[in-house]
Amino acid sequence: MKLDPQSYARMVRRAAPPSALGRDCAWAFAVGGCICLLGEAMRRAYALRFAPDLAGTLTSITLIGLAAAATVPGWYQKLAARAGAGTLVPSTGFANSVASAAIEFKAEGWVTGVGAHIFQIAGPVIAYGTLASWVWGLLYWAMSRGG
Amino acid sequence: MNYLWAFLVGGALCLAGQLLIDLTPLTPARILTGYVAAGVVLSAVGLYGPLADWAGAGASVPLLGFGHLLAKGVQQAVDEQGLVGAFTGGLTAAAGGVAASLVFAILAALLGRSKDQN
Repeated sequence: MKLDPQSYARMVRRAAPPSALGRDCAWAFAVGGCICLLGEAMRRAYALRFAPDLAGTLTSITLIGLAAAATVPGWYQKLAARAGAGTLVPSTGFANSVASAAIEFKAEGWVTGVGAHIFQIAGPVIAYGTLASWVWGLLYWAMSRGG
Repeated sequence: MNYLWAFLVGGALCLAGQLLIDLTPLTPARILTGYVAAGVVLSAVGLYGPLADWAGAGASVPLLGFGHLLAKGVQQAVDEQGLVGAFTGGLTAAAGGVAASLVFAILAALLGRSKDQN
């Protein structure tokens, strides 16, 4: 039987379990929500002692530290296999991607291995985030001058 | 009450990411990059600030919040220093998170061993 890519994709879609999307979404929602809930609890605890901005920074540093720690024994990856975007989209997912690249490329040395590959995912995120914020800074500057 | 909104908003932003993974050919790296850039845009048009006030960590923990942080930082720096703030504000505001990611990743590499990914 001859198959073109479109009809093959249709067959795969029909053969796949129908609830996969719903299950993925439920996991992503629940796990992502829980990570944010944990962040909110930390933010409030820090806010008792520190200014709001500092409390936010401390929260993200703590979450990032926890995610990196959970990456070492592979727990974060195990959760991610289930939770998908629920573990990817929070800043803990960013931390996990940086930490797992660092661990992965340790064998290639500390400079060209760890040092270079640490930016595999962090690089694009930081680069385009910075570019977007620079464009906004320019616009904001022009708007605040021109009125 | 705020805890509930943190959970619901954070969960919804992750659910949106899951839909992108399942229904589009976007790779995780593209989704993360897109989320940060989208966060800058949403913050610039004034939508993300109110959401962050309302949902707390539900808005600041997802990577959209990282973009919001960059945009807010740039705005504040432009207010204080003028045009040069467009260069300094974003990374200054994000410095804590970026430095933490890099430092903890290197520490993780010291402790961890790479194993075959399944």
